[in-house]
Amino acid sequence: MNVLAEVSGNISSIGYGLAAIGPGIGVGIVFAAYIQATARQPESASLTRTYLFLGFALSEALALFGLVLAFVFRSST
Amino acid sequence: MGDQVLADTPFPPSVEDFYLPSIAFGSWVTKFSLLVWLAVAFVIIFFLVAYRNPKLVPTKGQWLAESAYGFIRDGVAKEVIGSDGLRFAPYLTSLFLFIFMANIFGVIPLAQISPMAHIAYPIVLALSTYVLYLYLGIKKHGLGGYLKDRLFPPGAPWPLYVLLTPIEFTQYFITQPLTLAVRLFANMFAGHLILLVFTLGGFVLLGSGNIALAAAGFISFGMAIVMTLFEAIVAILQAYVFVVLTASYIQVSLSDEH
Repeated sequence: MNVLAEVSGNISSIGYGLAAIGPGIGVGIVFAAYIQATARQPESASLTRTYLFLGFALSEALALFGLVLAFVFRSST
Repeated sequence: MGDQVLADTPFPPSVEDFYLPSIAFGSWVTKFSLLVWLAVAFVIIFFLVAYRNPKLVPTKGQWLAESAYGFIRDGVAKEVIGSDGLRFAPYLTSLFLFIFMANIFGVIPLAQISPMAHIAYPIVLALSTYVLYLYLGIKKHGLGGYLKDRLFPPGAPWPLYVLLTPIEFTQYFITQPLTLAVRLFANMFAGHLILLVFTLGGFVLLGSGNIALAAAGFISFGMAIVMTLFEAIVAILQAYVFVVLTASYIQVSLSDEH
């Protein structure tokens, strides 16, 4: 059989790319909400900063899972 | 000459780059354990020296120690846990400084790798948080009360518990400690990998023998410098995030209502 085109490498990086979509949007929303809250109510900046990092860290976790699993489920090439 | 450089550079960096050779005593002492000891020694000596001779008008070292402690006490312990959180401030502060020191090794020359880039160390830190919040919850509410609070949040109609209880169980007892460890690990791991890609990639591009690619190699080195600064920010941020999450888990365990 003639091979016309070949893709080499590992599909787990595509999985990581897919896993990064949702957290990317989520982290964006978290920071957008913080900026909006601070613009509307500048005194609340220090009050909401803790929640900013909490929300950021919680939504970021999924992308990091994707990163780790991309390495874990990599077939040895 | 170009081929020589290309052959010597282990270019696509892989997981094997994180298994460092042992230094002494079989496989007991590696660069990771040395760096962890260094971080521990730094935190202990820093606070001992800063508080050996406290003054009313603080010296530079005392000011630094006091502002680090004050930052965590006011910004994390009081803010997240409430007035009850004051007794956790010393633990949270030393946790913060230890993780910060261990992380910042990732960008310090000669160290250049964070112990937290090895999953074993974040697992131990996350386990200590896990045991701490389970212990506090059980001590305050008793085993039955704690489990009832966590698994059967009041205020929900009873058929919902079929859905809620498994979700709450997974969240409190599995994913919380797991994400705590994986977050710190993956950030340091990815950071080190990014630095490896840009520096090693720069060498590979320089040695490629193509003038345009060699020019791109310098851009790659520039990116490595930018990424080093970015890693320094991530080191502080991840230490802060770890401490804030620990405090928030403690707060949930200590809270009366769900």
